[in-house]
Amino acid sequence: MDLNSLSIASARAAVQERKTSAVALAEAFYAKIASDDPKIGAYLTLSQERALAKAAEMDALVARGEKLPALGGIPVGIKDVLVTQGVKTTAGSKILSNYIPPYDCTAVARMEAAGAVVLGKLNCDEFAMGSSNENSAYKPVHNPRDLSRVPGGSSGGSAAAVAANTAIATLGTDTGGSIRQPASFCGVVGLKPTYGRVSRYGLIAFASSLDNIGPFGKTVQDVATVLGVIAGRDPMDSTSAEVPVPDYVAEIEKPVKGMKIGVAKEYLGEGLDAEVRSAVMAAIEKLAKLGCEIVEVSLPHTKYAIPTYYIVATAEASSNLARFDGVRYGHRAQGVRSLSEMYRRSREQGFGAEVKRRIMLGTYALSAGYYDAYYLKAQKVRTLLTRDFEEAFGKVDAIVAPTCPTPAFKLGDKVDDPLAMYLADIYTVTANLAGIPGVSIPCGETKEKLPIGLQIFGKHFAEATILRVANAYEKGA
Amino acid sequence: MKVTEKDVAYVADLANLELGEAERTRMVRDLNSILGYIDNLNELDTANVPPMAQVSDRFGVDQAKQGSERFAYARREDIHEGLRKSLPREQALANAPESDGTFFKVPKVIER
Repeated sequence: MDLNSLSIASARAAVQERKTSAVALAEAFYAKIASDDPKIGAYLTLSQERALAKAAEMDALVARGEKLPALGGIPVGIKDVLVTQGVKTTAGSKILSNYIPPYDCTAVARMEAAGAVVLGKLNCDEFAMGSSNENSAYKPVHNPRDLSRVPGGSSGGSAAAVAANTAIATLGTDTGGSIRQPASFCGVVGLKPTYGRVSRYGLIAFASSLDNIGPFGKTVQDVATVLGVIAGRDPMDSTSAEVPVPDYVAEIEKPVKGMKIGVAKEYLGEGLDAEVRSAVMAAIEKLAKLGCEIVEVSLPHTKYAIPTYYIVATAEASSNLARFDGVRYGHRAQGVRSLSEMYRRSREQGFGAEVKRRIMLGTYALSAGYYDAYYLKAQKVRTLLTRDFEEAFGKVDAIVAPTCPTPAFKLGDKVDDPLAMYLADIYTVTANLAGIPGVSIPCGETKEKLPIGLQIFGKHFAEATILRVANAYEKGA
Repeated sequence: MKVTEKDVAYVADLANLELGEAERTRMVRDLNSILGYIDNLNELDTANVPPMAQVSDRFGVDQAKQGSERFAYARREDIHEGLRKSLPREQALANAPESDGTFFKVPKVIER
């Protein structure tokens, strides 16, 4: 039995039936990390002590003849923007290079309460700002499918760890596509839930109205399993919604026959790579063969999504990142003579180029004289983008699209052109602006064997519906 | 060119960022490139479109209710000890670059 390639259900069953133990499973993953991660760079910090204690606890449950919880003994990795008590959390930034959080992120606490074994913290773009993981202050992540290429971002480590079998499942965050885009580039499944579905408590904030925590896994069922654990109201996040959490694992097995699937021409136009386009068209045909009715829909404001997103997200970021001032935590510049100089020099030394660029753009958009022209304008277009989806979902149950316009690009290709990098998010930012869920699943490969992702959008809180479509596609593909 | 070097210096000041000369030059170039693309938003007439700051009031709430009543579920009774106990002082100060064990220490605020 290759322990590293197991799904959640099979690994949990193997531990339950004593074909292996949770400790042996965790050790197999640490061995794999030691041998394979140096060339991939997915992990920033390992948490062996905490992991092995949890694994031993799960083995003791089994020894007492008790049933394992949903993630009992499952080795997982956590994106380094989610705080973990006593385990260094950097957000991929130098400014937090020594930060040891005094509390746990709710999603991580729920994973552990369900028996998950947290192997360590995963590399990402600094403060989740980036589409290639090249903005990590520590090291880039290499795509396990082709080491010369990026894994996508910002949750590049979370996607790469699942693709490289150095974790069974992982958590990432998605503010403009940061789960779905790397899932697509690495050939794994990644879900951005509805805004409010998963508590953001303990997520180091980038853009509070757009940030989401969500799972990566090898299969749709694995992602559904993790979502069921982390979803639901949390009194520590007032934006977490009071909406019941269905049994996602059962829901995804329901038939898709007769479901109406929308296809929007705005997601299949100029700029879309020909091989990605043909893979997505083939996937749509497959869904039709599975009994879905394919319906043309229009999302007419799609081309305004990137400019809207980069105003809203950077405005919120400029406010959220004001907390990094060298007073309570994080880097403090030495040899300064005044408080004001300390703020400036600490931030100058601690933040990387992309983070500074976004703070500057956001501050500019919010500054006197530009607020109406940029921030208010973007908020109004956000309404139009949201209405596009509301109208389309009056006609269909789900909408399918490519996750990204191209397969994974080479490291270094876009680092000098921020606008080109932003355009990598063109098909994903819309879901964040509208707050709807979206999942990316593998739908074939290019001639160069690079994975291609199919994205499925749903109505608010309709994760069960899009995962059902994804599961039917995965099983039938 | 919409954004000048002077604008960049002003905005950096607002954001408490100190940029070196090379960084300032690059920032002028990058902000102009990005803002040029963002200007595409001006093609849209949004005179009668309400702004949207967040999504929580559009779903997951009872649309029949008005205003803050929609978010009644998010309210709770006052808890005198707080929702969760405050961090013990030593934990709250543990990550501080400089403290005296009771307070965060910072450089002099008032010059005289």
